[in-house]
Amino acid sequence: MPSTKSQVLSPIPGVFYRKPAPDKEVFIKEGDAVKSGDVIGLVEVMKNFYEIKAETDGVLESFLVNEEDILDAGQEIAVISVQ
Amino acid sequence: MSYFSKVLIANRGEIARRIIRTCHRLGIQTVAVYSEADAQAPFVSEASEAVCIGPAQAKKSYLDVEKVIQAAKQTRAEAIHPGYGFLSENPQFAERCEAEGIVFIGPSADVIKRMGSKLEARSEMQKAGVPVVPGSAGQIGSVEEAAALAEELGYPLMLKASAGGGGIGMQLVRDQEELEKAFHSTVQKAESFFNDGAVFLEKWVADPRHIEVQVAADRFGNVVHLYERECSIQRRNQKVIEESPSPFLDESLRQQLLEAAVRGVKEMGYTNAGTMEFIFDGDKNFYFLEMNTRLQVEHPVTEEITGVDLVEWQLKIAAGHELPLRQEEIKKAGHSIECRLYAEDPKTFFPSPGTINQLQLPEEEVRLDFGVIEGSVVSPFYDPMIGKIIVHGTERLEAIKKMEQALAEIEVQGLKTNLPLLESIMRNDQFKSGDYTTQFLEKTEILS
Repeated sequence: MPSTKSQVLSPIPGVFYRKPAPDKEVFIKEGDAVKSGDVIGLVEVMKNFYEIKAETDGVLESFLVNEEDILDAGQEIAVISVQ
Repeated sequence: MSYFSKVLIANRGEIARRIIRTCHRLGIQTVAVYSEADAQAPFVSEASEAVCIGPAQAKKSYLDVEKVIQAAKQTRAEAIHPGYGFLSENPQFAERCEAEGIVFIGPSADVIKRMGSKLEARSEMQKAGVPVVPGSAGQIGSVEEAAALAEELGYPLMLKASAGGGGIGMQLVRDQEELEKAFHSTVQKAESFFNDGAVFLEKWVADPRHIEVQVAADRFGNVVHLYERECSIQRRNQKVIEESPSPFLDESLRQQLLEAAVRGVKEMGYTNAGTMEFIFDGDKNFYFLEMNTRLQVEHPVTEEITGVDLVEWQLKIAAGHELPLRQEEIKKAGHSIECRLYAEDPKTFFPSPGTINQLQLPEEEVRLDFGVIEGSVVSPFYDPMIGKIIVHGTERLEAIKKMEQALAEIEVQGLKTNLPLLESIMRNDQFKSGDYTTQFLEKTEILS
């Protein structure tokens, strides 16, 4: 079955993190399976942390931004391939 | 008389502008430090000089000790005012200033360190005879030890990180099961956020009021209070509205509180302005919570009722002068209220960065401490507070009326603010009665 791609967007501007804390492992690695509702990263906005969640089941194909990159609202964060 | 010829302000937004104002009135030159995101901010153009210290993210600019020190050396600033937040309660920063021969406008690094540890602060206050929330005397080493202590103290309890703050690193536990579940995660959080895994237990005070005392101390052992501030209107453990005097205290309870605060400050060898925070339970017992070793966001309500310029006092004390007034000379008059205007959704409190396309502000009978002007960009990198509205009246209801009037004249376009919430609180009967606790915003349906 052909796979389709689904983009994960940041609804808010801020600083992107792939880890829950500096000394922790990343939420998810590229190539890992992901379920709808899974947290894949955090965006820090005005001293608050906003969880970025997958909106579909699939495989997290790639991240389009790096740890601590500064995001604009609507910017693409990751691509999930849906089987 | 001038206390310094040049002061660097290691902060941004409204507090940087407020400090610059007093410095310039006293003939002191100012240096602003700013991040790339703040290049167009009013505080940068208002300072006598300005130095860009790095990118937008606070840890690469405002929190970078060496960049701030470098800017001070390069501009030959004699002293640094840290404002609140950022480096203001960082003992390593105070130490670095001292090592470079720059005056840190605040207490000694040693006092900042001791008060930064909740366990150490608790034990010093107990020694001074200041009541603390009943709890464990020292660090708890294991979950078994915690369970045994909890049995003795009785649930519900707060499990707290000694180095915690701002609501991070504390967890309510109602029984042994919850304690066992929370123990390791709280230790872990404390280690990763604060680099100090020490935790302790305190009795949980239900539905408390948060009342704090402004203090000031000089190098000659003089300590005074400048009365209390009522700060119980909070959201997410952060203050939204403050007032002085507190409508909750009668004269005898007020005196007990103020005397306890001064006693505690004398014990620790404090210098400069600071704030002793207390919580009150429903039976009017009060307990020391923590000390903030810096200027507070809400300091203007104290200035309004006492006529004292707290920033001027800070400069004076830091320059080695005696306190300008003795306790009996510090008078208060009337009632003052402050509202914090946050760029956030008034119902969900979710941050709302953006550009202020239009800003209308009242012009009379109000003090405005604002970090922004029309056209300012409120960036996602910093605190959502964009300004403070402060009023003074001869009595509380008059002050509330003035605040209602001032808020009605404010208009902000381009981003969401909590203005509708502030206006509703001023009209709320429970707020008007003065009978409210820190649970007020959670328990009351204010915005329909």
